Amino acid sequence: MEEERKFSDICGGRLALQRRYYSPSCREFCLSCPRLSLRSLTAVTCTVWLAAYGLFTLCENSMILSAAIFITLLGLLGYLHFVKIDQETLLIIDSLGIQMTSSYASGKETTTFIEMNKVKDVVINEAIYMQKVIYYLCILLKDPVEPHEISQVVPVFQSSKPRLDCLIEVYRSCQEILAHEKATSRSP
Amino acid sequence: PLWALRKGPSMVLKAFFPTCCASADSGLLVGRWVPEQSSAVVLAVVHFPFIPIQVKELLAQVQQASRVGVAVLGTWCHCQQKPEESLGRFLEGLGAVFPHDPWLQLCRERGSKFWSCKATHRQVPAAPGAASEDQVMLIFYDQRKVLLSQLHPPAALPDHQAGDASASTGGLAAIFDTVARSESLFRSDRFDEGPVRLSHWQSEGVEASILVELAKRASGPVCLLLACLLSLVSAASACRVFKLWPLSFLGSKLSTCEQLRHRLEQLTLIFSTQKATDPTELMRKANMLVSVLLDVALGLVLLSWLHRKNRLGQLADALVPVADHVAEQLQHLLQWLMGAPAGLKMNRALDQVLGRFFLYHIHLWISYIHLMSPFIERILWHVGLSACLGLTVALSILWDIIALLTFHIYCFYVYGARLYCLKVYGLSSLWRLFRGKKWNVLRQRVDSCSYDLDQLFIGTLLFTILVFLLPTTALYYLVFTLLRLLVVAVQGLIHLLVDMVNSLPLYSLGLRLCRPYRLAGKWCAGRPARVGPSALGLPGVGSLNAGRGRRH
Repeated sequence: MEEERKFSDICGGRLALQRRYYSPSCREFCLSCPRLSLRSLTAVTCTVWLAAYGLFTLCENSMILSAAIFITLLGLLGYLHFVKIDQETLLIIDSLGIQMTSSYASGKETTTFIEMNKVKDVVINEAIYMQKVIYYLCILLKDPVEPHEISQVVPVFQSSKPRLDCLIEVYRSCQEILAHEKATSRSP
Repeated sequence: PLWALRKGPSMVLKAFFPTCCASADSGLLVGRWVPEQSSAVVLAVVHFPFIPIQVKELLAQVQQASRVGVAVLGTWCHCQQKPEESLGRFLEGLGAVFPHDPWLQLCRERGSKFWSCKATHRQVPAAPGAASEDQVMLIFYDQRKVLLSQLHPPAALPDHQAGDASASTGGLAAIFDTVARSESLFRSDRFDEGPVRLSHWQSEGVEASILVELAKRASGPVCLLLACLLSLVSAASACRVFKLWPLSFLGSKLSTCEQLRHRLEQLTLIFSTQKATDPTELMRKANMLVSVLLDVALGLVLLSWLHRKNRLGQLADALVPVADHVAEQLQHLLQWLMGAPAGLKMNRALDQVLGRFFLYHIHLWISYIHLMSPFIERILWHVGLSACLGLTVALSILWDIIALLTFHIYCFYVYGARLYCLKVYGLSSLWRLFRGKKWNVLRQRVDSCSYDLDQLFIGTLLFTILVFLLPTTALYYLVFTLLRLLVVAVQGLIHLLVDMVNSLPLYSLGLRLCRPYRLAGKWCAGRPARVGPSALGLPGVGSLNAGRGRRH
């Protein structure tokens, strides 16, 4: 079953959280970030071209204008391919593991997969950044040598940065699955 | 407590299914059952019709060859419409022929996205009323990528963890391992004439290209021939003549000989008739081969550039004037030093002596260059030819030429340094005398000593003389050291380029860009498993959507 709700991120942008419950042991959370706004794109393009025109009036070399167009295009492509993340997905499967997928605006997808036996817990941490207190969801990984110690903290939803209310939803579902997994691994 | 009320065994059964078999015809599922994680890894599909004895024979053969416990896991049904009852019972009946627990039954309608998965346990469960069916989770994996990716075994963990480690670092590594080791299963195909027809990743088209196959066939004799030639060359270069003093000294100083030796070693390694024992060695060989090929290619480009528009001739013509110009500049520099450089007051006599000494050297040098000038073009032509051996050899020769052309700067530096060194020693020893101390060679320390009056007098005199001559020598030393540093910097840059071409692992870089799953993934227990891009087809777990349809 699928559900969609609207949340907002820490900067005030609109986020859409889609929850899919495939089964009691498998859930998926999909956060869609706000798209590239036409306003910011126009602003950046205008600044770059104004700067190029200024240089052109100084140097009288028309190569500057073509170079500016080139740079804008390449910059936009690079931004869409390497920087702008459209959607972040978290897939938890009980006995298998946790998978995080980021899909970029150009269609590129990067996935990270963490096996379930390496996951210690999923928690919400708070971080103080300049004048803000930010909450973020993170996965704690076990240390192979010391099973009770934490070797790494992997933050989730790093680009979409949802607020606490959204995180609490995801956190609850994750905890249900982790509890289920612990129960099944303990029972014979 | 909540989950204990659920029916059936609590662990979900995971079935790893290769994406290439999703469109295969109905048949039996063949693979490995991993009980610790309750997962079934499907490796191939055996098509109807088959004789059970032959299937069992084939599996026994594969098991012996690869030491992977391959067995028949269940049935796969891919048919036009909903399967009839008789087919259903036939498939269940097959469970009696191939005893395996649990028995997996996967079914898919042609053209539909819905799958049905069922896993039944044969043994009667202990608790009455509990169902004998499991929940099945279907995971698609790209067989080709999983087969071709190689994982390092995890680093040796401390002993007391050894027992747990094998169970916990198993997991996905065991799946990868199973697929990778069962290569012998993938040798026969459904298009082969054998008794058993299999479908797996090779059924989509056996991966091969004519060129690669030909290259593989030809590589044996070619390697042998080249290995013989190279051994001849190394034997020739190891003969006694080269060990005698002048040649061995030259050989160690010239960078060309060094580079040639290095290349010879590398080529011997590449063309040795032994096969590489492990992936790292293979990678090293491949890197060396690619770097040699790139080197030769760049060398040929350089050669073609040099011969176009007679650039070589122009270079040869320009060489002597350049050397003249450098010598002239040096003469100007010495004249400046002999005057009052930067307003410093130098000792006139010493200045003149040193200046004239160095000027004479430069004069000698210019005459030698002029003697050599008719032969320069011929020499350069031969040197340019050596670029065929590689760009690195050409750069090494350039390094040597620069070293030879700036030999006079090197000589000046040595003279200046020696003089300065002597002066500093003299000064330090006389300074000790000035203070009434002495260096005790036996005890390696400074001791006090009582000198005679005449010793003290002469010592002090010499000390003052040396002190006042110090600025002159120091200045000469400084100037020539700076010049030498400049030359060394240029030579260092050339060496850097040569080293870069020599040691850049281009094959690994190319493999990383084009086929990342081919490179050994670093599987350290404790790091989040960055298993190659969708190597497990985990984005294909999203196709659990499709399997959602009917589950018993």
